[in-house]
Amino acid sequence: MRTLLRASKRLMLLVALLMASAAALAASREADFKRAYAAAQAAEKQAGSLRNQWTVTETSLAEARRAASRGDFERAIAAAREAEALAKASIYQATHEEEAWKDLEIR
Amino acid sequence: MRYLPAALTVLILSTAHAVGADERGNPAAEARAFRSYFVKKFPNVKLEDFVNGPYALNQDMRRQWEEKEQFPPYEFSLEAGKELFVKTFANGKHYADCFPNGGIGIRQTYPQFDKKSGKVVTLELALNQCREANGEAALSYTGDEMAALTAYMAFTSRGKPFDISIPDDPRALAAYENGKRYFYARRGQLNFSCATCHVQNPGERLRAEVLAPALGILNAMPIYRSEWGGMGTISRRFVTCNGQVRAVPLEPQSEEYRDLEYFLSYVSNGLPISGPGARP
Repeated sequence: MRTLLRASKRLMLLVALLMASAAALAASREADFKRAYAAAQAAEKQAGSLRNQWTVTETSLAEARRAASRGDFERAIAAAREAEALAKASIYQATHEEEAWKDLEIR
Repeated sequence: MRYLPAALTVLILSTAHAVGADERGNPAAEARAFRSYFVKKFPNVKLEDFVNGPYALNQDMRRQWEEKEQFPPYEFSLEAGKELFVKTFANGKHYADCFPNGGIGIRQTYPQFDKKSGKVVTLELALNQCREANGEAALSYTGDEMAALTAYMAFTSRGKPFDISIPDDPRALAAYENGKRYFYARRGQLNFSCATCHVQNPGERLRAEVLAPALGILNAMPIYRSEWGGMGTISRRFVTCNGQVRAVPLEPQSEEYRDLEYFLSYVSNGLPISGPGARP
């Protein structure tokens, strides 16, 4: 009987440890998402100041928010990172076009 | 009148030449080069026919369009526009009180550069300025009522050549240059500029559509688009174009769009107003 009690105590401890680890991991992924989303938002804001945002960036940001709201932080992080990459591409485009537009001009 | 097209072509060709390094920032020379580009690219198209967009470049589409024009799809909007135009504001005034010649036959003079504000004023903006000055709420720039009003005003200007001026004011030249820059700059995930479609590829197909040449492209505005199932303003066209290349559209009547309209209208000076138009 004593052996059985010891075994169930150990099992409960193990379950508690596993639950705590899962919660810590989830919190860590949520923090990762928040960082990724903030970086994407900052890049998109910069694209906005250049008057050159892309619709696909907005779509990825919205997808990141939706995934985060349902607790799917892996998907949310991936979408936020995609949004950041797209926003950075639009910033590059706007900067590049400051001079490159002249190549298309009819002369 | 029958010699007008030939005379126009001769006039343009005789003055057409490329813009050299010393002529950059010279809108008149740039407009000549712009027209010359399209005349050379489409030697069989009469100059004044460029205002008919894809129908000038594709005979099959032209035949369909000519048949459609027997009962034009924009007719209902045109009627609605006339009714709206003559409707009295709450203070007893009308749109006619805001424009020279009572607003009839003046579309070809818009956009204008307003020296007081230092900004370009398009016809759509002028209509809303008129409403607000008379205590009325502004209309949506992409909505049916604005499309109907501008359709009616364009109809009263049919055949009148675009007559856009750039006054001797550095702000006016800056607005023209800004519009030109917007026209040629690539944007959106597809990395297209306005010129990608309407300078480099007019006459080519983009899916089911035949791309219109930039020369005369605004002369037919506003347009009834079968794709939209209704009339659309210039603002709506710009917003849609941006979205199609996956760029977030700017606010309708933003400075960039107004300057773009200024540039595109100026380079089409001398070509007749053909709006309201109809497109697939």
